[in-house]
Amino acid sequence: MSSVSQNFMKLFRGSSGSETVPEPSSQKLSRRSSGLGELSRTWASAEGLCILDLGSTSPTNIRLFTGRGHRIYSEDLLTSSTDPELLTKDEQGAVVLDSRKFLADNLVYPAAHFDVVLCWNLPDYLDESLVKPVVGRLWSVLKPGGMLLAFFHTRDAGPDSPCHRFHIVGTDTLEMTKIVLRREARRGPTGAVHTAITDGFQLQRVFNNRHIETLFRDFASIKFFLARDNIREVLVVR
Amino acid sequence: MSAPASGLAQIGKSVFVKGELSGSEDLYVDGQVEGSIALKANNLTVGPNGQVKASVEAKGVVVQGRVEGNISASDRVELRKSANVVGDISTQHISIEEGAYLKGKVEIQRADGK
Repeated sequence: MSSVSQNFMKLFRGSSGSETVPEPSSQKLSRRSSGLGELSRTWASAEGLCILDLGSTSPTNIRLFTGRGHRIYSEDLLTSSTDPELLTKDEQGAVVLDSRKFLADNLVYPAAHFDVVLCWNLPDYLDESLVKPVVGRLWSVLKPGGMLLAFFHTRDAGPDSPCHRFHIVGTDTLEMTKIVLRREARRGPTGAVHTAITDGFQLQRVFNNRHIETLFRDFASIKFFLARDNIREVLVVR
Repeated sequence: MSAPASGLAQIGKSVFVKGELSGSEDLYVDGQVEGSIALKANNLTVGPNGQVKASVEAKGVVVQGRVEGNISASDRVELRKSANVVGDISTQHISIEEGAYLKGKVEIQRADGK
């Protein structure tokens, strides 16, 4: 498993920053999601829901929810976690991310604000130092009875599983696009503009069922769905 | 649209404006603006070099650059693929290109109040 500093070197080597972009449309995959199917019944039958989407900006998802009269908040936490100003050292001198600074700048919402949180595969790819603090913050911003959908890779998925962005295209159907990181275009010595494509986010860990239960222990209930395509889905209720 | 039409009010790439901007014509911003922009019956375009750190109120808003602040458009908001918006958006219609970045809320306010 890569260290925090190694991850940052991969992301930021030789550049002033990075941005997340989806791959071309030929790389889109489709996925049936039981968790999404169950969650869809919520926003189909209710009005004026407040929804938080923690993936990268998805025009598809925004169009879906606003078309149904819901409010949608978009916050790309994975990209936010690559801010170099988050780097700090713990008591042992190891490089970690400053979770307090991260939560001071991200997920800043009133308590009990959201009906639904779409976590997608965030816990699998988020840096270790941020996972528990982020889940704790999500608990506080969810309304009692609010639901959170999260995806976790199984061990069979392998350590090089690419990080995908999920777009809702049906009541239980998702379209997945692989996330790559593109360094900001910069001018080389001849004045020509260079843009390099790097690998996307790296899988940080594999949760087993017990780990997932522990992660969401402060929530009222947790429902597991049978793993499909090496991804386990979880619907959690606050 | 990557370049403003001739005759359009413009804030060029090298211009920095701090304060309250208001007007009754369309505006193209490709420089820096801090404060507030109010073009109630007109359209605002933030060009690819535009850096707006302001609340925005207009009829229509097209973003190709960066906006840090809430956007309220009585008609529509368009985020092009190079857009970077941090703030809440309230409008009747919204169009977001793949690749645009948004951190904030999107709320559709219909003209009939629904």
